[in-house]
Order: sequence, then structure tokens, then C-alpha cells
Amino acid sequence: MTKKINRRVMLQTTSGFVAASAVTLSAPAIHADGHAVVRYLGTAVNMGDEIEKRLFEDTGIKVKYISKTTDEVTKSILTQPNSFDIVDSEYFSMPKLVPSGNILGMDTTKIKEWDNVTSVFTKGMTPGGKKIGLQGTAPSKVMYLKDNTSKEFSSEPSRWATLIPTVYNADTLGIRPDLINRPINNWSELLNPEFKGKASILNIPSIGIMDAAMVVESMGEYTYPDKGNMTKDEIDLTMKIFTEAKKSGQFRAFWSDFNESVNLMASGETVIQSMWSPAITAVRSQGIPCIYQPLKEGYRAWAAGFGLPATTKGKQADVCYEFINWYLSGWVGAYLNRQGYYSAILPTAQAYMEPYEWDYWMLGKKATKDILSPTGQKLASVGEVRDGGSYEDRMGGVACWNATMDENKYMVRKWNEMIAS
Amino acid sequence: MSWLAIPYGLVFIFFFFIPLLLTLIVSFWDYNEYSIIPDFIFENYIYIFDNCFTFSNSLCVTFKTYLSTFFFCILAWLFTLLIGFFIAFFLAFYVKTTKWQIVLFLICTIPFWTSNVIRMVSWIPLLGRNGLLNEFLLDLSIISEPQEWFLYSEFSVILALVHLYTLFMIVPIFNSMMRIDYSIIEAAYDAGANWFQVLFFIIVPLCKTGIVIGSIFVITVVMGDFITIGIMGGQQLASIGKIIYVEMSYLQLPSAAANAVILLSITILMIFIMTRLIDIRKEL
Repeated sequence: MTKKINRRVMLQTTSGFVAASAVTLSAPAIHADGHAVVRYLGTAVNMGDEIEKRLFEDTGIKVKYISKTTDEVTKSILTQPNSFDIVDSEYFSMPKLVPSGNILGMDTTKIKEWDNVTSVFTKGMTPGGKKIGLQGTAPSKVMYLKDNTSKEFSSEPSRWATLIPTVYNADTLGIRPDLINRPINNWSELLNPEFKGKASILNIPSIGIMDAAMVVESMGEYTYPDKGNMTKDEIDLTMKIFTEAKKSGQFRAFWSDFNESVNLMASGETVIQSMWSPAITAVRSQGIPCIYQPLKEGYRAWAAGFGLPATTKGKQADVCYEFINWYLSGWVGAYLNRQGYYSAILPTAQAYMEPYEWDYWMLGKKATKDILSPTGQKLASVGEVRDGGSYEDRMGGVACWNATMDENKYMVRKWNEMIAS
Repeated sequence: MSWLAIPYGLVFIFFFFIPLLLTLIVSFWDYNEYSIIPDFIFENYIYIFDNCFTFSNSLCVTFKTYLSTFFFCILAWLFTLLIGFFIAFFLAFYVKTTKWQIVLFLICTIPFWTSNVIRMVSWIPLLGRNGLLNEFLLDLSIISEPQEWFLYSEFSVILALVHLYTLFMIVPIFNSMMRIDYSIIEAAYDAGANWFQVLFFIIVPLCKTGIVIGSIFVITVVMGDFITIGIMGGQQLASIGKIIYVEMSYLQLPSAAANAVILLSITILMIFIMTRLIDIRKEL
């Protein structure tokens, strides 16, 4: 008898009321008004109305979005695995989720395009053969399970995948070129005293620590054997450097919300900061120059995919697989590529994009027509080139991945100490 | 007629007492990345007070965080009390018609009409580096370069707290003032008291209950606040609420529970002291 008890069981045993109400609320609505319904848990990033509409037209499946923040998605999988049918989660959460037994291995034989999944996920290299940095929780490390219900990762490819990959990107620092007026080439610029009171880093410890590590390495202070799995001493060292910078007033603010990062940058409160790709787009669409600056030390990457909770079975699981197959069939892939992300299945996405779009987003060529977002906003004019260039250059330049460290508990505590200092 | 209290008693037990008891129990549990493990350990509490009693020259995180929270609490309380008292005073004694009292009351609730996100966005154009206040002072040559401390500082946190929570002072104090028999004030004037004496020897003592209730509201809200301190402090100022929030989002629930238990004990202690100073029951 194992002493470990997951929190769902805890809730049921400690409070019959809570459990009872949770069960009634979460009864799956498989066939409301004759259509298959998929309850889709994820961050709002990929939950567009257009996707919902198109899905219904193509397959007759209705999707019900349950949108939460990255951390809350993880929490829901662990505490309420029967409140959704399919989840869109990040690979770096896998070391937390898989041992809980709350998500099932995904049967790759049911995925039509499985053989076309980009080699970034399966082999850890770009299609052009560039080796990708694998520090942190790289998807290729947590891709496979030993079998359907296994709680352990398989280092060899197997039939069972943890997540079916959908979307990923390479993140870097955002800058205001009009307020900096000189080239920025290194992560170390984040702590450059020149930008005192005008820098920012994100206040999500598991992601912020990776950006911090990129900065520390770039400053030449220390070279980590694995940034994504620091020892306690390495965490202390990293936090010490950032605590000193914070005390000396380097940071204008820390941000934890997408909109906060947009406002800080657009108002000129900060001129250099950690940022996400769509935030850059949001600043630019206000007519304010903002660059997603490629840096010499490389990018910090992340990747997400679809998983099924252990409670999704039988017919409902079939509907979910149908949904995933549709998702990977190209239309959504093109949609994601046009947002500045990358689709996991590139050939199908290419089929849904115009050649000039493909050239701009994927090949790093100059735009020959205005580049529009999926919702029709203009993102770039004729002659402009994508920040960071081509897919090969950007993904090939990845240095590390978002991570869950062995010393996660200690890291979160040290991060809190930095905020309090 | 004591059975009339049963419905509320049940609500109290199920939605307050039981959750609180669970929090207390869980604060002694162990945990790992993805689950919490029933146990009876003091680790979570020891963790919180790690390095706190070594008497080294720097304060531990917990003490530092509480000190900073107390600092915000005291200043927010002081300003909301001063401002709230005089607004209530004006509403109760100088606004003659009920209609206008209601209109002015509604105006006081304006800060609650907007969401946190809107407020967060709207302070930047006002207090930011290129904001209205800086531009105004630059134009008048009062300052020679933009001031950074208007935003993302202790100043902006207290400004926002006072802006938000003054209403919590106004309502109970106004309520106390409305119950003052006006003939007492007239009698004081007739006996030769001036405006100042009436205010401090008649009105303030009769408003004690309102002041204490308002103070309890403001202090409990500020002690647990992490959103306003987070947003207005640029996430660079610590608060206990923020620490609990971060721990919860990383599923370190026992640790968060332990912090919550300590925060709750301190807040209850503060309220206890206040209610000892003035017996709310007797005054009501």
C-alpha cells in the first residue's frame, strides 16, 4: 500500500461534499444536441474562435474551451483530472504530471501525421540537421512512455507518447530599438547598468530562472553543466547575481501577466525585458517599434502538446483523437505559424499557407506582400524580415528549454527570497 | 429563537470552519512535485522561520516580508482613517439631503467599478516615466528630469491602497455618525464649545465603533493583499499573500497552508488587540 495519495483522492476522502459536487459538475457532456463535445483545457494561447468555428465545419465536433494559466492547467490535471477531456500542456510539466498517473500515454499509431512530426521533437535536431541545445526539459527527453499507463519515461521511441506535439517557439529578449539606439547582441545586456531602472524579467520562477541563467552565462560569471537542472549552489549563485541587480535598481518591474509585459514595453517604462512572441506583436500593432532580438547565446525554447487524462476513455477518447488529427491536418498549423509560433507538423501547415507567407515566416526571406496575422492585422510591410530569421536559424539557435528542476522546491523558495529582498 | 441562527451556523461551519481546519491539518503534511502526503511534520513551519533566529546581521525573508507588510498596513490605515473620517464627517453633517448623500456615496465607490487589469493599465499614463504627473511637474520646472518613484514604489502601493480602501473606512464611520443625536452637538455649542472641541470630544468618541470596524476591514484586507502590492510595486515588493500565491501555483500546498496559518494568527491577534481597546459589542 503506497503512502502517496493524490489530491483528488484526498478531497474525496476528506470532504464528501466537495467531491460530490465536483463529480456532478464534471460529468462529461459527450453528445449535447447530437454533436460530439470536447472539453479542452489549456492556456488561452491557442484558443481562437476561428479554430472553434473551423473545427465544427470540418468535423462536427464542438469544442468547449477551459482557459487557465500554465500553472493552473498543471494544477487541474493533478487535482481534477475528470473536469476535461483533453489538455494542452507544456512538455516541461511532464516530470510533474507523468508520475502522478493522471495522464495516459497517447497512442501514436492513431495519429495520421505522426511520421511527419518535426525532428525538433523526435530527434532533438532541426530538419536541416542543426543540433538543438537540449538543456532543461527538452521535449525529446520526455516524449515517450514505456507503455500506455506507465509512470516512467522511455528513452527509446515507443508507441506511447506523453503529449502529441502541437506548438512551440524560441523565446528571447524584447527590446525598444528606438530607445536603445545601438545593437544588442547578448543576454548580459539585461543587467547592463546602462539600462538601470529600464529592464524587466518575468516573475514566473520556472521560466524566469532560465532567462536568468542565460544572462549569468552570457556575463561570463558561470557556465552551467545543465541550466535546466541546477544544483542548490548554482541556484544560490544565480539568485545572488539577480538579487544584487534588483537591489541596485536595475529592474523597473517584474511582470507576470502577458498584458503587463505589453504595457511596460509600449509605455517605455522598460526598454529591454523577457518577452513572449505575441506580446511583441501586440506592441508593434500599436505602432511602436519593438524587436524580438536574436542573441548570440541562443534562445530559450518551449513546446506544448495534447494529452488525455486517465479518465478519458472509449468513444470520448476516439473523438479526442479525431480532434487531434484535425488539429494537425494543416489549417491550425498555418494559423499558428502566422502568429509567429511554429506548428509541429510542418508539411501540412505549408499546404495551407501562401508561398510568400511561408517565405517570410519559415525561410526568413523579405516580405514580398504585407504580412497579416490570422485575424487580419498587419504585422510587417513589404521588404521587412522576421526577427531572428528562418526556422532553421531560430530553432537551430535554441540553447535550452523551459524546465522543471530536481531542486524545484528550493528554486521557488530562493526566487521568493529575491522578490522579498 | 436560537434556531434562527442555524442556517448561518451551517454556512459558517461548512465554508469557514471546515476549510480552515483542513488548512491547519494540511500545513503539517509533507509534499512532493505532484501530490501532498498525509504526515505530521513541522518542516513547513521550520522552513518559514529558517535563519530567523540566528541573530545574523540580515533579517530572514519571513521577517522582512512581514515588516514590509506591516509598513503598508500602518500607512494605509493611517491615511484611509484620516481621509475616510473627514469624508464621512462631511457626508454626515454638511450634506443635508439624503439624495445627495447617496449620490456622493456612489462617487466614493468609483474605484471599485474597474477591474484590476484596467487599474493596472491606467496608472502608467498617470504616474509613469512619461506620464501626466511627470510632464506636468516638468512643465512647471518643479523637477528637471522624470521622477521614477511615482510608479512601482512604496509610494504608488500606498496611493493605490488608500485609493481603493478608503471606502471601507467611510461606510462604518458614516454609519456611526448618523446615529449621533444632533441635540448633543447643539448642547455642546450652547455650552460654549468650539468646532474643534465638538469634533474631538463629542464626535470622535461617539464614532469609536465605526473607526474600529473600519480599521479591522482595512487592516485585514491589506495584510492579505498581494494583487495591489504586486501590480503597483512592479512585483518587486514582497507580501505574504504573494508568497502564498507562488507556493500554491507550484502545488506546494502544505507550505502555503503553513504560511496562511501564520498570517491568519497574526491578523487575528491584531483584531483581538483592537477589540480589547474598544468593545465593539457594547458600543453597537
